[in-house]
Amino acid sequence: MNGLTHVSSAFQATRAAGRAALMPYFTLGFPDPQSSLKIIESIAGSGADLIELGIPFSDPLADGPTIQHSTQIALQQGTTVARCLELTAELRSRGVSQPLILMGYINPILAFGVERFVAEAAGAGADGFIVPDLPFEEAAVMEAACQSHQRALIFMLAPTSTPERVAAVAKRAAGFVYLVSLIGITGARSALPPDLAGFVERVRDQTPVPLAVGFGVSTPAQAQAVGSLADGVIVGSALIDAIEGTEDWPHAAADFVGELRSALEAPVRN
Amino acid sequence: MTPSPLPSKFGSFGGQYVPETLMPALSELETAYLELRVDAEFQAELERLLTTYAGRPTPISHARRLTEKFSGAQIYLKREDLAHSGAHKINNTLGQALLARRIGKRRIVAETGAGQHGVAAATACALLDLECVVYMGTVDIARQAPNVLRMRLLGAEVRPVATGSQTLKDAINEAIRDWVTNVRDTHYLLGSVLGPHPYPTIVREFQSVIGREARAQIISQAGRLPDQCIACVGGGSNAIGLFHAFREDKQVAFVGVEAGGEGISSGKHAARFADPTKGRPGVLHGTYTYVLQDADGQISDTHSIAAGLDYPAVGPEHALLRELGRATYTSVTDDQALEAFQLLSRMEGILPALESAHAVAEAVRRAPSMRPDQILLVNLSGRGDKDLDTVTDALGMGHELGAQEATEAS
Repeated sequence: MNGLTHVSSAFQATRAAGRAALMPYFTLGFPDPQSSLKIIESIAGSGADLIELGIPFSDPLADGPTIQHSTQIALQQGTTVARCLELTAELRSRGVSQPLILMGYINPILAFGVERFVAEAAGAGADGFIVPDLPFEEAAVMEAACQSHQRALIFMLAPTSTPERVAAVAKRAAGFVYLVSLIGITGARSALPPDLAGFVERVRDQTPVPLAVGFGVSTPAQAQAVGSLADGVIVGSALIDAIEGTEDWPHAAADFVGELRSALEAPVRN
Repeated sequence: MTPSPLPSKFGSFGGQYVPETLMPALSELETAYLELRVDAEFQAELERLLTTYAGRPTPISHARRLTEKFSGAQIYLKREDLAHSGAHKINNTLGQALLARRIGKRRIVAETGAGQHGVAAATACALLDLECVVYMGTVDIARQAPNVLRMRLLGAEVRPVATGSQTLKDAINEAIRDWVTNVRDTHYLLGSVLGPHPYPTIVREFQSVIGREARAQIISQAGRLPDQCIACVGGGSNAIGLFHAFREDKQVAFVGVEAGGEGISSGKHAARFADPTKGRPGVLHGTYTYVLQDADGQISDTHSIAAGLDYPAVGPEHALLRELGRATYTSVTDDQALEAFQLLSRMEGILPALESAHAVAEAVRRAPSMRPDQILLVNLSGRGDKDLDTVTDALGMGHELGAQEATEAS
């Protein structure tokens, strides 16, 4: 399947339904490969519109303690890039149908080979990629590989991005643009940044591509607020926080994702 | 006229592999640097601090007894150990702290391995009234305790990093995370020729004072250029700092010395160029260079007795110098560095930093097969006071001393 159309049709469907798309993040191989499959299946079955899957890296410098911890455990469980692609294919064979976006740092992708990685990930059923340490200046090789395999290389923008950078990303955007909600690293926060609406608007003026907001979105109420501004809501650390310490992780994941989804479907009170 | 931007790559190496949040800060830093590089007032202030505060120029010393012992090449030492705060690191921290002040960033974050860069950063921040936070791995905190105390006394906050290998690599991860979070008011004072562009270039420019001085001094003292310049290479700022002024002198060979740890075959080392099973081009901390990693691209743990060399990536310009054949890279083990430490202490009255002892070890390995009219110029990048615990432990001297005191007391 063409990953670009798979991603854009997911956003078209949620737009038609009058709500933002829900994109939970989970780390492949955490707490072990088989359990991560069950948790992700459970996420897929409880209201996710797209799913972001983390490929572990030893030095994840854009991530806060929650995701760092999950990727360290995943690495201890032998979750290599090759294993992540097997797990992705396994999710497809178990019937997970949402767009799957692989999130990984550039070094393991370079070690695997950029072209080979994109080709094999496409074959495994991935639709797009988020590479947090690959700004557009360095992205030409990966971008070309994605174009030839019809996958989306998702670019990120941050509140610090200059108008020139916003315009450059708008021109090259595929799938959606990932808006980093705040100045910082991933991790749950008690409140949304106050200038989020202005930031979303600033990018919206430049591109018709869907905008998904991540970093720090922690509660159903926050997801609802973000969903009223943007086309997609990405929740990662808060999902892991919500299930760690519970008895039944797939069950807890389904509960939390279900709450997020309900919040996105509820009318926004102004 | 806007000055032309600096090249972001050294051949295929270098670049800017960082989160989007930081890209505007890197561009701001480059712009500010390009302005200040040609700003006479800034250059005069840096020059004034280097001479009246940091103790520059540092001398070169002819290591006469060491030279005689090996009856080969003349060994000269560039005495960065005599720079204020005990190492070459001060050249860069004064420059970057001035730069930070000019761009209105009054909070500094820095990483440190051996503690020398942390001390130099804390020193510059005290002098220029900047807030200073230094990230340091807990393993390094334990083995470089005197430097932790020095940083605190200088008014810096030392934040322990207990993740990963708890050494320099992890300290840089945390410093970058802090910078990402506080980028609007914080400057990341990176301590070596590492990281995303423009850091490798800026740090080289601030450190190239070492080679400019040394080149003039060796011509004046020895009457000619050296045959080889030798320096230890962790990230490689003291080495680039020495080499850069000799780059057009094709007859001068460059030798970089990596940390061989317990030997390359043991796997416990930090020699990026010496171990083809693990040292391959890749990206760490924002730059594309040689990185010690496993087949899956996960960054390897490293080992060296010298905390300042205990790091899995090398500065990208070194990767290019090696590719071009302009520089060669060798490695020296922990034991060889310890021998060189003792040798220099007893024969020249200089306690070298364990990092610098690697360069001394390489010089004494090369000197015997060379002629007395040839010259080795060694960058003695720092002094060894910080390493007394490590060295005395490794040599079993602590126990000797304890036993002796016990005998005297009885």
